[in-house]
Amino acid sequence: MNTPEITLRGFLAQAGDLSAGMLHGPKRSLSLDVAAHCTGFKNREDFRGRSILIATEGQLAAALVLIELDGIARRMVLCPPGLADEHLRGIVGQAEVDTIVSGEADVARYSGSVPHVVSYLEPSGPMSPIPGAVRETEWILTTSGTTGAPKLVVHTLRGLVGAIAPIVPAARPTAWATFYDIRRYGGLQIFLRAIVGGSSMILSHADEPLDQHLRRLARCGVTHISGTPSHWRRVLMSPKRDLIAPDYVRLSGEIADQAVLDALKKAFAPASVSHAYASTEAGVAFNVTDGLEGFPVNLVSQSRGRDVEMKVVDDSLCIRSARMASGYLGVPDRLHEPDGFVDTGDMVEQRGERYYFIGRRGGIINVGGLKVHPEEVERIINAHPLVRMSRVSARKNPITGALVQAEIVLNSGGRNVDDAIADEVSALCRAELAPHKVPARIKIVDHLAVTSGGKLARPNG
Amino acid sequence: MSTRSKIIQAIEEIAAAQKKTLAPLTDDLALTNSGLDSLCFALLVARLEDETGRDPFSESDEVSFPVTLGELIALYEHEHA
Repeated sequence: MNTPEITLRGFLAQAGDLSAGMLHGPKRSLSLDVAAHCTGFKNREDFRGRSILIATEGQLAAALVLIELDGIARRMVLCPPGLADEHLRGIVGQAEVDTIVSGEADVARYSGSVPHVVSYLEPSGPMSPIPGAVRETEWILTTSGTTGAPKLVVHTLRGLVGAIAPIVPAARPTAWATFYDIRRYGGLQIFLRAIVGGSSMILSHADEPLDQHLRRLARCGVTHISGTPSHWRRVLMSPKRDLIAPDYVRLSGEIADQAVLDALKKAFAPASVSHAYASTEAGVAFNVTDGLEGFPVNLVSQSRGRDVEMKVVDDSLCIRSARMASGYLGVPDRLHEPDGFVDTGDMVEQRGERYYFIGRRGGIINVGGLKVHPEEVERIINAHPLVRMSRVSARKNPITGALVQAEIVLNSGGRNVDDAIADEVSALCRAELAPHKVPARIKIVDHLAVTSGGKLARPNG
Repeated sequence: MSTRSKIIQAIEEIAAAQKKTLAPLTDDLALTNSGLDSLCFALLVARLEDETGRDPFSESDEVSFPVTLGELIALYEHEHA
């Protein structure tokens, strides 16, 4: 017996009747039937064996391009919106990109950077069967690296769908949604659930106000929604939250605390509320459905020989499974330990029969799902002529999980003008950094501790 | 300064620093329509914690998320039992 084809179109073909499944963008909707059978390219065969950066502005177009080119392209790089030109050059080089697929408006921006720049149009003509063999396309996801430049993480569709279980048929048709962008690992997981199940999906848009997004989710009959705890806290604060009545609420991407889990259970009863642990590198590891923060110790202690094996080494959660990425592109950095485990750098603490996440190793700060590397902020602060050194750390916050704060040590010349310098440093950061990276508080201290290795001592570092 | 005026002043200053346009700050204004984003709310809660010594969001697991500006102010005006 032939193994079913592991491509997006293969999944759609197995999903049965697609006429009821819709992909809903913020402005227009399209049936999965059209997505599976029509093309927006002049000739899809042109893309065979190419390394393609998918740089459409909207998620609907990106979704359609993924469906069209998976199984044909050698490589598809999923480009999150708002990529800086300097990072674009890095990605093109590291992933050997020869083709960029973008919206019509951006063709000029990209032309010249790679041999082929193609604008994606509305799917119209029927998709002709591709004459050549189907290949296993590499799916490249981006994640932020230590220097701020994105790292390219290599997946296959087979690994990406590894955690997807069949949906139990329910009274109403399943409609997935996520507050993530589907070009990020967390959002892509939801998009793939819709495709594998042949179900509808309501795509988000960064510029859409939350109330409008919630109205659209309600109108499209959303049943399953995923987002970070920060996304969900914002939903809980919206007067429009009662418009939606999901059956399933999922949290991932940040630590889900008991307060947000309880608030969601209360707000959306009788929906099931669960939190998943996944990372771009390690893939989906587990889903916690008992409504409690943290996760049972036996998920780790009894994982040997299971699909997802886990262990805790020096308080960091380590994961090995067929769902994890195979490596990074273009950089020598090692993704796996020699024993094949991915060291996630997510620190856990055991209390009783449960593990609880306590933060990121090295103090990477997560502000509402956006990563901040303390070093990149310190670099800006330290550029002030009266600053000798600085330490940037997380300050716990009930809205975004954390905010950035800074301690600075002044040169001897700056002793008597502390307040003015703090204001200047703050202004410098606002001018140089994204808003979530600007320290919410700047404190002037006499000294900062340094380790025996000559490095700034960091809590958890 | 009253808790209310502290909160209003903090909101106005944070909005100005973050270059956000504020809706008129009435008690029935829905916070999601105020013009402030998550980061602004995070900064507001941190600043109020510094100024009042209180963080009602973390004082109890039972906290109900405020929907309107009036509810947010009430959260800070009520002493934690």
